[in-house]
Amino acid sequence: MPAQLESGVNANDELFRTEVQQFLAANFPEDLKGKGNPLAGLEGPTNETDQQRKWREAVGQRGWGTPTWPKEYGGGGLSKAQAKILDHEMIKVGAFNPIGGMGVMMFGPTLLEYGDEKQKREHIPPICRGEIRWCQGYSEPNAGSDLANLQTFAADKGDHYLVNGQKTWTSGGQWADKCFAIVRTDRSDKHNGISFMLIDMNSPGVEVRPITMISGTSPFCETFFTDVKVPKKNLVGEEGQGWTIGKRLLQHERTNISGGGSLAGMMGQSVGAIAKKYCEADSDGALYDKVLRDKIADLEIRWNSFLHTVRRALQESKAQGGVSEISSVLKKLGTKLSQERSELLIEIRGLQGLGWEGEQFTDGELEDVRGWLFGKAATIYGGSTEIQNNIIAKRVLGMLDHQ
Amino acid sequence: MAVLNEEQEMLRSMARDWATNESPISEFRKVRAAGEPKAYNADSYAMMAKMGWAGIIIPEAHGGSDFGFLSAGLVVEELGKTLTASPLVVSTIVASAIVLGGSDQQKAKWLPKLASGETVATLAVDEGPHYDPSAIETNVSDGKLTGKKAFVHEAHGADLFLVAAKDGLYLVARDDSVSLVTRKLTDQRSHADVSFNGAAAEKLEGGGVSLLDDVLDRARVLSAAEMLGMAQAVFDTTLDYLTQRVQFNQVLATFQALQHRMADLFADLAQMRSAVEAGLQAVDGGFGVARAATIAKAEANRVLNVISNQGIQLHGGIGMTDEYDVGFYLKRARVLEASWGSTSYLRNRFALLSGY
Repeated sequence: MPAQLESGVNANDELFRTEVQQFLAANFPEDLKGKGNPLAGLEGPTNETDQQRKWREAVGQRGWGTPTWPKEYGGGGLSKAQAKILDHEMIKVGAFNPIGGMGVMMFGPTLLEYGDEKQKREHIPPICRGEIRWCQGYSEPNAGSDLANLQTFAADKGDHYLVNGQKTWTSGGQWADKCFAIVRTDRSDKHNGISFMLIDMNSPGVEVRPITMISGTSPFCETFFTDVKVPKKNLVGEEGQGWTIGKRLLQHERTNISGGGSLAGMMGQSVGAIAKKYCEADSDGALYDKVLRDKIADLEIRWNSFLHTVRRALQESKAQGGVSEISSVLKKLGTKLSQERSELLIEIRGLQGLGWEGEQFTDGELEDVRGWLFGKAATIYGGSTEIQNNIIAKRVLGMLDHQ
Repeated sequence: MAVLNEEQEMLRSMARDWATNESPISEFRKVRAAGEPKAYNADSYAMMAKMGWAGIIIPEAHGGSDFGFLSAGLVVEELGKTLTASPLVVSTIVASAIVLGGSDQQKAKWLPKLASGETVATLAVDEGPHYDPSAIETNVSDGKLTGKKAFVHEAHGADLFLVAAKDGLYLVARDDSVSLVTRKLTDQRSHADVSFNGAAAEKLEGGGVSLLDDVLDRARVLSAAEMLGMAQAVFDTTLDYLTQRVQFNQVLATFQALQHRMADLFADLAQMRSAVEAGLQAVDGGFGVARAATIAKAEANRVLNVISNQGIQLHGGIGMTDEYDVGFYLKRARVLEASWGSTSYLRNRFALLSGY
């Protein structure tokens, strides 16, 4: 209905588009075109170049890295329509959002919901400017899938807590400035004895040891807390409210892992297109290996209907004003499909698709190998597939607890 | 569920109420017991037409409501849940062919009758047990169509056939030159081999060279909607059974092995629904139809296959009995999976459309 579309275009939005275009022309360095955001991933030290820093500062100053967050805390204060315009214009010139990481994806939204005024004023603006990197202190050696079994203890010492214990799988712990953690403040109550607090990683008594993974990288750490002093003002919410706040944060994490957060990120090059580069095809362009071709088509059909499902979950959530029940299946489906995709890429490339290092391999080949290995973690972290299945069965399908 | 507008919400709730109250699966048992070749209740189809369901994709000028395929899919899904036997899907597909490729005269002649349910139509494409439009031998000379079509769905009740010939699609009104041999399939619905012996045929001249594909894409998405209803019904029935059946002094729903299997099926079903709705919406939007319809039917085939099998397995021995409904879905499922493109056909088509 063209009439509706036309009336939907707001004159102010068009002014905003012009503003964005001018901003990009003035601030986005040509050299960074098509490059990724060094802050977006969990891995690697920041090691910003001057250009990257300038670009981050320019975006951060306007709050446009966190476009819809409130302006009073350093966000962009933009409407969803404006955020869309910003996104669109950035894509048009090959620019990227230089603000990112766990502060943006998980911690910020949670603090905006549960933090007090002082905490928001202290912690949100540096996230918006991309100055502070956050890590997540959740899992422990004996609290993985059974996360509420965590034992790290914060003893009440009047004006501060004294924290002792060990966290593990701390993503980016070696590069983080601060840690949002769930710790035990009461040993007598499994769930209600947990509190959510913010720990400065530079405090005395914090020790971080990177863990080398099967992919050869060390994006995760073991983090040890020995008599670490945490000021009381760093408690988010009430004592004992940590499990509720912590779970809310995980919802943001799952949305991001499944790709619900950024659909575009899920659409890499099509497997079929990659296969055309490695495998022979007939004059019509059809791959000779019909078995392989069938596998690719099967995967891509399911991949497409997964993307439809992500879209549907977003539309339903928006229309219902709450989380749609199919959101519960996105993490499970998305991570499995992306593992299948990695396996298929290896089959397509043969031994050329298993390179560990060396110039005989393209960057893409090497990245896919490391991605294949690291991707095995996706069905384990953020609530393993088995935990997701428990959640779906009990919460969505109403199947009962084992008696 | 796709986000619906008010008309669509009303249509769906009307269809759901009618299917639940007027056309539960016991009605299908009656149709089966009556053993008539046309295998549906004519009064019940007349009622459906009266409610406007036969004209959902037909333009208002020709007696329909022009609500589109997503709306038609909503109704078909609800009817699929209770395995309501009717020629609604095939008649709607033939109507869509006339909308796409018919002349003004053909539209004026047939569409109002299809919308009112006065005329029942079906499509006759394949000449063997597999969907294979490249193997069509049927030909037309001097307006007379000759050929043999295999496993034509809803043939016994049809007054009008949409026939795929070598050079295009034709409308053939049933007369003495059309003869039927019943082919009884597991779903106990109407199927027949249909011979056309110099039958008077009028060509659908419009719609371009892709008319057959375009019509069959509509058949794919609407069949997929029926399959979606079936998969949902089997899933719901099975979940219900698991929460009631007690073994080892526990209801089956407490067993984690079964919980995880149901979680898998729930995820598959969510994916199937997304694919089917996207297919229906693509037809309405007129963009990327071939690809979306291929994905919709391929996902419907895959997921209904799994769910219809698991439905039996999870019901245990009782699922093997004719007294229980779950087996009916299995028997109808395979017929629809094989129609308008099996899974292997659709994967091949998807690869071709994707350029590999």
